[in-house]
Amino acid sequence: MIRLQTRTNNSNAMVFLSPILALTLTALSTFFIFFLAGVDGFGAFYVLFIEPLSTKYNFSEMLVKAAPLMMIALGLSVGFRAGVWNIGAEGQYTVGAIVGGAVGLYFYEVEGFWVLPLMSLAAIVGGMLYAGIAAFLRTKFQVNEILVTLMLTYVAILLLSAMVHGPLRDPDGFNFPESRLFHDSATLPIIWEGTRVHIGLALAVIFSFLTYFWIKKHISGVQINISGSAPRAAKFAGFDENKAVWTSLLISGGLAGLAGLLEAAGPVGQLVPHLPTGYGFTAIIVAFLARLNPLGIIFSSLLIALTYIGGENAQITYDLPSSITSIFQGMLLFYFLACDVMIRHKIIFSFSKNINHE
Amino acid sequence: MNELFIQIVLGISIASTPLIFAAIGELVVERSGVLNLGVEGMMIVGAITGFAVQFHYNNVVLAVLASIVAGMMLATVFALLTQVLLTNHVATGLALTLFGLGVSAFWGRTYSKVTVDRIDAISIPGLSDLPVVGPLVFSYDPLFYLSIMAVSLVWYFLNKTKKGLILRAIGDNHDAAHAIGHKVVRYRFLAILFGGAMAGLGGAYLSLVQVPIWVEGMTAGRGWIALALVVFASWQPFKVIVGALIFGGISILQLHAQGFGVNVDAQYLSMLPYLMTIIVLVTLRVRSKSKSDRVMPHCLGKVFHSTQ
Repeated sequence: MIRLQTRTNNSNAMVFLSPILALTLTALSTFFIFFLAGVDGFGAFYVLFIEPLSTKYNFSEMLVKAAPLMMIALGLSVGFRAGVWNIGAEGQYTVGAIVGGAVGLYFYEVEGFWVLPLMSLAAIVGGMLYAGIAAFLRTKFQVNEILVTLMLTYVAILLLSAMVHGPLRDPDGFNFPESRLFHDSATLPIIWEGTRVHIGLALAVIFSFLTYFWIKKHISGVQINISGSAPRAAKFAGFDENKAVWTSLLISGGLAGLAGLLEAAGPVGQLVPHLPTGYGFTAIIVAFLARLNPLGIIFSSLLIALTYIGGENAQITYDLPSSITSIFQGMLLFYFLACDVMIRHKIIFSFSKNINHE
Repeated sequence: MNELFIQIVLGISIASTPLIFAAIGELVVERSGVLNLGVEGMMIVGAITGFAVQFHYNNVVLAVLASIVAGMMLATVFALLTQVLLTNHVATGLALTLFGLGVSAFWGRTYSKVTVDRIDAISIPGLSDLPVVGPLVFSYDPLFYLSIMAVSLVWYFLNKTKKGLILRAIGDNHDAAHAIGHKVVRYRFLAILFGGAMAGLGGAYLSLVQVPIWVEGMTAGRGWIALALVVFASWQPFKVIVGALIFGGISILQLHAQGFGVNVDAQYLSMLPYLMTIIVLVTLRVRSKSKSDRVMPHCLGKVFHSTQ
């Protein structure tokens, strides 16, 4: 029998050891899967984890992928702290891209420094409104936000498809379901010469620090935190639960919307039906791997971005499907959640039926 | 009787059955106080397992059993993590869905260009040939009848047996149930396994009855709709069938809408089942705010740890 005993104090050692242990276990399991699939484990491992860090191109692509993950995960972490489960960031990301992209296309070939900020603003508002539906239904009718945000994700993806097949389709595009390419004023500035790394990465890092200080220092951030960890205490202290729901859904929706636009106006450069590639879902893993800590999200988003690049390389080198990435991400979260138990509990293996309780 | 009408009724039953399976499994899980968001993952692993076994052995019974086992294997991972290692239900369930989608895509890559023999509707000599009643009542596939049976058995178990009462008590107050000596973790573990079996079965229905092919991500959110159905049914087994028929109905009518001369882009029609889910959840709350609060298991999604 396995038994858990609550520790009197949280184990500081396990706070650091558990991620390492989780990574090791994930690595071993990945080896095992490669073994089953008949792939050279060491070679595949090199391709998955070392190669992405070894060339400028791969490294920069990792940063490109980390930017949207970081931004979405930041917003989600605020909600998860408050016990508000926005699972549909993918939908808010898509709506942000549609709304912000539509603004960019409306001002097609209009030059001006204000075009991008306006697109970003539209994307943020779009994402906020879309997540706001869930906030409204939860605060007004007690409808579960997990289901609402999720259902709206499918709706948003279909809406994007309808848009690029209809109103936003490139008029000179031979009926391909794509929008026009964004013109220069509507395309994100590159911050690393010769790569696709854009200003969104810098924004995401700045937001991480801002969120960190907001949660730790500002009263409204602290309230959010407490309404999740101790709802009853929050109630007695007079914190408004509805306010926490609204705040966290608006923040996570806005950031996801912005991330969607950054992807459309950055690496992709136009609106296409396959713009939503699952960042909204993966960001949930990113947030949990960082234990919902905004600064930790900088690192966990880089780690998860690494698995994407590694997965793509494995696809090319070993003809492995890119789905190896989501297996890996799922396992990493399993092991991480399991290992984190040891921060607060001691695991005791005992084989006798009579256990003396302390 | 109109051919089209019969065709639509059969279509609705085929669209609803996977939802009934997945939802009735999750209903038992939630009644025990556990929230498993991994339904989508367990379903799709059930779908690929059933498909692969059917492809290699061409034996539907074996294929269906294999998908049940596959669903239970994923459920075991969830149960170990949430019940033994006390992890967060929401995060673990999401990881299970991601993992299931990944595993199925990885395993299924060699099956994307093949088809298998699908499970056919059974024909009962004499009964199936009756006019009107024959095609409407006696011409479904065996899994459809099984899904109705599963719902009835769950209803009987929850409402008429002592163990069902204990399971509900655990879902409503695990501390009290533990204090009077009931095995909270054991009940929940078994409930989660049942949920996995049913989700796997629902997945098998997709790839063995609905369309006998394998497509990556072919569950397309049905696992999530099943979760919504449990809320829609306010945790009552028979209402699951009603809900599933409504959702199945919308998705079938959406297919026939163009035939009736409704001139709307396909994308907008495809949004209907998802929008309908939200609308139904809202109207449910508007109609009986206090009532559905009373039926929701009070310990749903809360981690249980016996400190004593």
